[in-house]
Amino acid sequence: MTVVETHKDPQALTLTIKAEFTATPDKVWQVWADPRKLERWWGPPTWPATFTSHDFVPGGRAQYYMTGPEGEKAHGWWEFVTIDAPTGLEFDDGFADQSGAPQDDGLVTRAVVKLDGAFPGTLMTITSTFPSAQAMEQLVSMGMEEGIVGALGQVDAILAED
Amino acid sequence: MYNHMVVGMDTDHVDRVFAALADRTRRDIVRRVLHEQESVSALARRYDMSFAAVQKHVAVLERAALVTKTTQGRERLVRGNVEAIRAAARLLDAYEEIWRGRIDRIHALLDEGEDA
Repeated sequence: MTVVETHKDPQALTLTIKAEFTATPDKVWQVWADPRKLERWWGPPTWPATFTSHDFVPGGRAQYYMTGPEGEKAHGWWEFVTIDAPTGLEFDDGFADQSGAPQDDGLVTRAVVKLDGAFPGTLMTITSTFPSAQAMEQLVSMGMEEGIVGALGQVDAILAED
Repeated sequence: MYNHMVVGMDTDHVDRVFAALADRTRRDIVRRVLHEQESVSALARRYDMSFAAVQKHVAVLERAALVTKTTQGRERLVRGNVEAIRAAARLLDAYEEIWRGRIDRIHALLDEGEDA
């Protein structure tokens, strides 16, 4: 069990999730900083993510798409607000059109990530704040198969690789 | 791809719920009337705004089914709808599942790094 604590506030529309890793903050930082690592965990097994750009500086943008079981693509973007290696980052996450251009739909989620090395290893805290229910439901819809399929197979698949 | 049955609410309703909860005064009203019903006039006295403004907030909450209003004599009593708040919480449950999956995958990725 790596998830140690979650806190949901339905009135403020936030989810806070804390997880422990035995790796150092520098290593955990890499799963955010390195787009090749990032795309191995951001999307659920049924909707894997591909990052086409990842300008990891404050004010920089990342572009990605997630590919569904039928080959359909859901495009998204991030905009990095703050980046403090290796202790924390803050970014906005929104939907994009087929060309990767941000959609002007107001469906933007703010994520605040903190890495705390005081724990032997790393304690990672992620707080997501939703602007609206529509944004939240769309995100949940895209990721919901995960709830059913879960981590089945995926973990073993990664471990089995060279 | 869209599945409204995830949380048992249709999208329009979900939007009304969260739009209603986006306002601090309305969140405060919901918190108060979840435990104990209060009349609209009693609520109006609690806030630094007109009776009409408070009445409007209550109407928004009522349309989102977060509160119900009943008439008792000359008073209109407002009561929180616990079930509607729970439905919002279920949506967050579903989002939590997404993050639990992500964390499992990060964990696997980091383990792999250690083995290498």
